[in-house]
Amino acid sequence: MGVIASLQQRLFRWQSDGTAPLRLAQRRIFILPTRAGLLFAAALLAMLTGAINYSLALGHALVFLLAGLALTGMVHAFRNLHGLTIAPGRCLPVFAGEVAYFPLHLANDRAMPRLALELRAGTEAASVATAVAGHGTSEVAVPVVSTQRGWLDLPRTRLATTFPLGLFIAWSYLQPAMRCLIYPQPLATPLPPLQPVARAGDRHGDGGQEDFSGFRERQPADSLRHVAWKASARDSAQRPLLVKQFAGGAQSELQLDWALTPETAPTETRIAILAGWVMAAEDEGARYGLRLPGNEISPDSGDLHRHRCLEALALFPS
Amino acid sequence: MSTRPAETLDHDVTPWLLAAALATTAPHVIHQPVWLSALAAALFAWAGWLWWRNERLPGRWPLVLLVAIAAGGVLFEFRTLFGRDAGVAMLVVFMALKLLELRSRRDATVVVTLGYFLLLTHYFYSQSIPTGLWLLAAIMLLTATLIRLHGGPAISTRATLRHAGLLMLQALPFMLVLYLLFPRVAGPLWGLPQDAHSGRSGLSDQMTPGTIANLALSSEIALRARFVDPVPARGKLYWRGPVLENYDGLTWKPERSRGRAPEIETLSSPIAYETTIEAHQQRWLLALDAPANLAPEIGLSGALTATLREPLNHRQRFALAATLDYRFNVDEEKRVLTRNLTLPPDASPRARTLAESWKAADPDPARLMQKALTFFSEENFFYTLRPPLLGEQPVDDFLFVTRRGFCEHYASAFVFLMRAAGVPARVVTGYQGGEVNPVDGFVVVRQSDAHAWAEVWIAGQGWTRVDPTAAVSPVRVEGGIVAAMPAGEPLPTLIRLRSDWLRTLVFRWEAVNNVWNQYVLGYNPQRQRELLSRLGIPDGDWRNLAITLAILCAGLLLALTGWSLYQRPRLDPAARLWQKALRRLARSKVNCAPWETPLALLERVENDHPTLAPALRDVVGAYLQARYSGIPDNLKTLRSAIARLP
Repeated sequence: MGVIASLQQRLFRWQSDGTAPLRLAQRRIFILPTRAGLLFAAALLAMLTGAINYSLALGHALVFLLAGLALTGMVHAFRNLHGLTIAPGRCLPVFAGEVAYFPLHLANDRAMPRLALELRAGTEAASVATAVAGHGTSEVAVPVVSTQRGWLDLPRTRLATTFPLGLFIAWSYLQPAMRCLIYPQPLATPLPPLQPVARAGDRHGDGGQEDFSGFRERQPADSLRHVAWKASARDSAQRPLLVKQFAGGAQSELQLDWALTPETAPTETRIAILAGWVMAAEDEGARYGLRLPGNEISPDSGDLHRHRCLEALALFPS
Repeated sequence: MSTRPAETLDHDVTPWLLAAALATTAPHVIHQPVWLSALAAALFAWAGWLWWRNERLPGRWPLVLLVAIAAGGVLFEFRTLFGRDAGVAMLVVFMALKLLELRSRRDATVVVTLGYFLLLTHYFYSQSIPTGLWLLAAIMLLTATLIRLHGGPAISTRATLRHAGLLMLQALPFMLVLYLLFPRVAGPLWGLPQDAHSGRSGLSDQMTPGTIANLALSSEIALRARFVDPVPARGKLYWRGPVLENYDGLTWKPERSRGRAPEIETLSSPIAYETTIEAHQQRWLLALDAPANLAPEIGLSGALTATLREPLNHRQRFALAATLDYRFNVDEEKRVLTRNLTLPPDASPRARTLAESWKAADPDPARLMQKALTFFSEENFFYTLRPPLLGEQPVDDFLFVTRRGFCEHYASAFVFLMRAAGVPARVVTGYQGGEVNPVDGFVVVRQSDAHAWAEVWIAGQGWTRVDPTAAVSPVRVEGGIVAAMPAGEPLPTLIRLRSDWLRTLVFRWEAVNNVWNQYVLGYNPQRQRELLSRLGIPDGDWRNLAITLAILCAGLLLALTGWSLYQRPRLDPAARLWQKALRRLARSKVNCAPWETPLALLERVENDHPTLAPALRDVVGAYLQARYSGIPDNLKTLRSAIARLP
């Protein structure tokens, strides 16, 4: 297996394809018979022997027609891939342990549809199948199971097809420069106590989450958790949604500090604890800041803030 | 986009598989035992029902049980599980059972591969044109099934069939090249099972009353011959099969011991002809009397029957020649003459008494012969396909009681009388006559032309042919069996058709079949050598063949690959119109550099050619709209804007 693996490595060694769209040319399409193809070949051999033994003229013709079909099918499998254009898309971050999806845009500039294309990243168990209509495009997300936080590069991806006859498999290796941010897996632990805020005078007490002080119209940046559903329902969607406003939140800011995590724990655990805090704080609708050695994010809330915190945790050097 | 495990089978693929399985097994109904067809049909119906109701497929044990039952049945029916017929029966059973096991894509692949394999088995039974066409359709269906299986639900039925047709069209050149050039080996490679060539009719090597009359009921073709010279008169066309010398009172049998080689004295020059004989599982060649210039692989028995070393088990072509006027074995061995005088001691005493009375009156063999023939023609004898049954003394019963018979009755009775009168005589069976197909000029000899006649040895003349049937019904020899038989005799309708369009149609069809047989089915190692030497490949050595074959196949594959690489550049219609606009501009000495965008061009034109600018501004605006806004109506605006360019 080691020999085969190294041979494969040598044969199919590709540089990264970068971020530009790539068009499959004949030099990067490979073809081999499938197991069904080998079964078919064995059947043909048996049939040829039978045809010779019984002197069946039409038996010869049948065997030769089927051999021709197989060869033609091989060319068609090649044609199913040749000239296909693949462009990388943008991937959304996921938590470690979840499946990261790498979107690829396939474009077909031929009139014939390209059917039964299967994409599989690296040695992943899961694959994804797609088809591209004639002169059409299709978007397909290649699944990769993430294992650890940080950047996950799309492993070398195999785009394969056995269409039309399943006797041959044509494939090509894609290596677009794509990476997906993997957040650390959050560890659920109780939130640290609220920290007294040093610069309490700077703020005038609105925008906090402690004391209800009235309604205002919802902005796109407001969390859905703060929507006053009952109040909004009263005028049956005539107006934009209302959000509750709170006053005097200055004392309720959370400082999620690296120093608050157990010092004896390994780095990954401490990262996981911090990630768990970020998730919990966001869930509670609190304003929170993150303090890591060499990196500090000032308190805020919302999806973008959470992403910035989790990104900092994901990329924290171990 | 869809995500699905590769191995599960789409629900919609099953009908394709059922249809393909049906198409590949159905023609076997003709020759299979009824119970087997019924079992297969039931299994098909069950599989179809389960699919229709979307129910679970049966588990493993019911299937194992069914296989055991079917195998038991086949073993009981054919006494073996291997052999040709039993093997085919088992394949049909497997195919039907596999339909109850369609779970994954691999199962479907097995069904299709088995289907391809089953197609071959049909050729054991028939290689006719209709079989060929049916199987072509079946291949198409199987291929479409494979395409549907791998193409997934995105592919429509019409697209599936069209793709299958395209694949088959492209596979055709490969088939032709391989068919013509693949080094042919004359089979068989090993001993064939006993039932390999069963079920073909023809002359047998024995004759009892009724044997030939039965054969005459078939309009199947026995042989076709093409003469280089004009076709000889019908009355001269005696195709000799086995010569029967031993009589046990009921059955005539051939002599097994080898005689010496015959001596033929030719009285006319030989005429050449080519004959294509249908497989009849016997060694005789049915050569025209008397065979001349035989090829070394063909033997000639002491009784003038041309024979092969092996039984003829497939249709074969021979180049032969015949001398129609000849003398044969003027000096005959004593033991042969004695053998041809022998009669069973207590057989047919009345006939014996009659012959002895003739001999007492006049012992000259020629006049005795004449006497017997006159007896047949003047007494009340009838020529019929439906003679009454004869008793324990068949010759006596025929000569004195029933007096109705077919050629074997006359030949048998005549030889009996001659032997009883002391003239050496024997029965010859074969075919007499034949019909010229006006479409291709071949002489077609059918089973209904089967005939039996007599040969009498006369000192100084050797063995002389006598056809006692001619004494009763001269038309039989001159005009064939249809002319000789009164209406109401059970002749096959095919040969009874009088000259009308239907008969022409039959002739045409048989001529087409003949071409098929000669050129498609009859393409054998010898024909291949001939073709190759005509193509300039010296002696059809397999190495030369392999090289030619490899080159041609590689060329075809290259052409096909070229076709798949070739792509007509398809410009966007708006871009095409823009190119047109640029060509119009070039007439006004304004050229657009390849790197220049439409807006940059417009700016340059506004500075350098202010007169041109308003028209171009319209064109650029319309082009940008048409190309990038995605509204099809903008093309019209663009076209009219271009028309306004100077």
